[in-house]
Amino acid sequence: MALIEVRDLTRIYQMGDETVTALAGVSLDVTEGSFVAVMGPSGSGKSTFMNIIGCLDKPNAGRYRLADEEVSSLSADALASVRSRRIGFVFQQFNLLDRSNALSNVMLPMVYASADRKERRRKAEAALVRVGLGDRMEHTPLQLSGGQQQRVAIARALVNSPKILLADEPTGALDSRTSLDIMALFQELNREGMTVLVVTHEQDVAEFASRVVRFRDGKVISDKEQVPRDAAASLRGFETEVAA
Amino acid sequence: MTLSDSLSSAFEALRAHKLRSILTMLGIVIGVAAVIATVSIGGGAREEVVGRIKSLGANLIIVIPGNITQGGVRLGTGQSATLNDDDAKAIEKEVRPVLVAAPLLRGGAQVVFGGTNWGTSIFGVENNYFEAREWDIETGRLFSGEENQRGGQVALLGLTVKNQLFGDDDPIGQTIRVKNVPFEIIGVMGRKGQSAQGQDQDDAVFLPLQSARQRVIGTSRAKNRSVGSIMVKVREGEEMSDAETEIKALLRQRHRLREGDEDDFTLRNLSDILATVEASARVLSIGLAAVAAVSLLVGGIGIMNIMLVSVTERTREIGVRMAVGARPTDVMGQFLIEATTLALLGGIAGILLGGVGAQIVSRFAGWPLYVDVSAIVLAVVVSGLIGIGAGFYPAWRASRLDPVEALRSA
Repeated sequence: MALIEVRDLTRIYQMGDETVTALAGVSLDVTEGSFVAVMGPSGSGKSTFMNIIGCLDKPNAGRYRLADEEVSSLSADALASVRSRRIGFVFQQFNLLDRSNALSNVMLPMVYASADRKERRRKAEAALVRVGLGDRMEHTPLQLSGGQQQRVAIARALVNSPKILLADEPTGALDSRTSLDIMALFQELNREGMTVLVVTHEQDVAEFASRVVRFRDGKVISDKEQVPRDAAASLRGFETEVAA
Repeated sequence: MTLSDSLSSAFEALRAHKLRSILTMLGIVIGVAAVIATVSIGGGAREEVVGRIKSLGANLIIVIPGNITQGGVRLGTGQSATLNDDDAKAIEKEVRPVLVAAPLLRGGAQVVFGGTNWGTSIFGVENNYFEAREWDIETGRLFSGEENQRGGQVALLGLTVKNQLFGDDDPIGQTIRVKNVPFEIIGVMGRKGQSAQGQDQDDAVFLPLQSARQRVIGTSRAKNRSVGSIMVKVREGEEMSDAETEIKALLRQRHRLREGDEDDFTLRNLSDILATVEASARVLSIGLAAVAAVSLLVGGIGIMNIMLVSVTERTREIGVRMAVGARPTDVMGQFLIEATTLALLGGIAGILLGGVGAQIVSRFAGWPLYVDVSAIVLAVVVSGLIGIGAGFYPAWRASRLDPVEALRSA
């Protein structure tokens, strides 16, 4: 049984007088523990697809089952609960709260999951240690580098032990060295069993996934398994290159 | 999301825009401060007035000639000569709850001693006046029986007059002239302080009633032995209203008033005077309450405005919160609590500011500081309600944001 089961997903926007078909009948299964890159040019529908998978948006037609739960017709409150329990988001712009330090940012999802305070702190600290920021917990986002901010965001995505990590252009705002770093972290998490979906338009990023789904005009035009590139190895190569 | 989560997030948001938060609170601060200051100053003034009225003496009824309620106009009260010595004697003798009924004439005159002179109030009284007023003599003696009954050229001085004319010297045995009539000083009264109307009660000279009437104040009154007023002291433990009813009946009978005739006299007791004072204080309070209401309304609109700005500015933050699991109700609660916190902080600042204002006024006016707990509770409740009212629409808008749109915003 697939973790994500999508059938004939359709999403139509009304923009002024124009009707835009963002998704025109998408069907897709994602098994638990896979690492999928979703690719396509802008306007291909890949972002809309991710928003629906992330329960931020609802389809006009079609079915979406997430971990055996039909979520395509849930209310706004119920969708929030699914996001809280099942999904961790990582964004291109990190989307941390600038006023709060790393620890508070990571604790935020647990505020809405009604975890008790001690539990929140313990889990948030563990998540920050997991992403290698155990020594930066009290730093605010503005005191952290881009790569560190994205790590805080990943810790925040992980803290409620979700089923899927959804990353929307996670390396779009990072240099190539830091991008490798982040992709290595994703691969590591994936090896530990986390299902990872990365939306990207960069071929480089997609190479680290074990499956690449391409969108165009609201439809899936290709869906291929591949042998992923090892980000950690690339990182080592990168370092020797710099040293040389 | 628990309440303490919402509160700490609200404080964080308010701290992030300190100046803006303070300016936004200002309307509420001023409104609440106005209310608190009004209530405290009004209460302090009232306590002061009550204190002064009580200093007049407890259980007092004042009978004055004429009927002040005639056509709602004060018709020459005190000018008419419908009360006399015998009325006073009759009240004291025949109305059982009455302890003392002291007849009294009052006028003004220059008092001369040597080269010094002083304009003051002249009271024609008998010794029972001091009994009714619970007013003790400081030095010297009261009127003798003879002086009390038939008059005599003797005078008792109020403390202020004594100080003005004699300074630290002993006035007893000296002679003063009132309207060119010489009076020998036989005593000085103790300090009585200010009256309910704010007059210095020690600025007075007391002459025997008969002498005052014949030679100083009311020469025209001499024939009918009329008096300016009668001060009646009711015995401890007796009902004031019983005494009033009996006095009224007695005077109507003595004045041969038929049924349907208006009283030709008026009874006033301290609660009447208090009611008058309170009525005028109420007019002032209503005016200030109107100012406060407008200020609170404007303050509420200010909070709503700033919350709408805040929701717009923080659209992306709202999107992030929704993405990590905030339900629309969580977002709504967060902004409602933020608005309410803003209003409550304003309210508390207003209470402090109003309290300080009231303290300054009471210190200058020499009033007791009056703290009305119910006004403080009301101020807190009202500012909280304003916060909820003003925050509702912005919070509702925040909760209805589409997470995808919100995350895409700048």
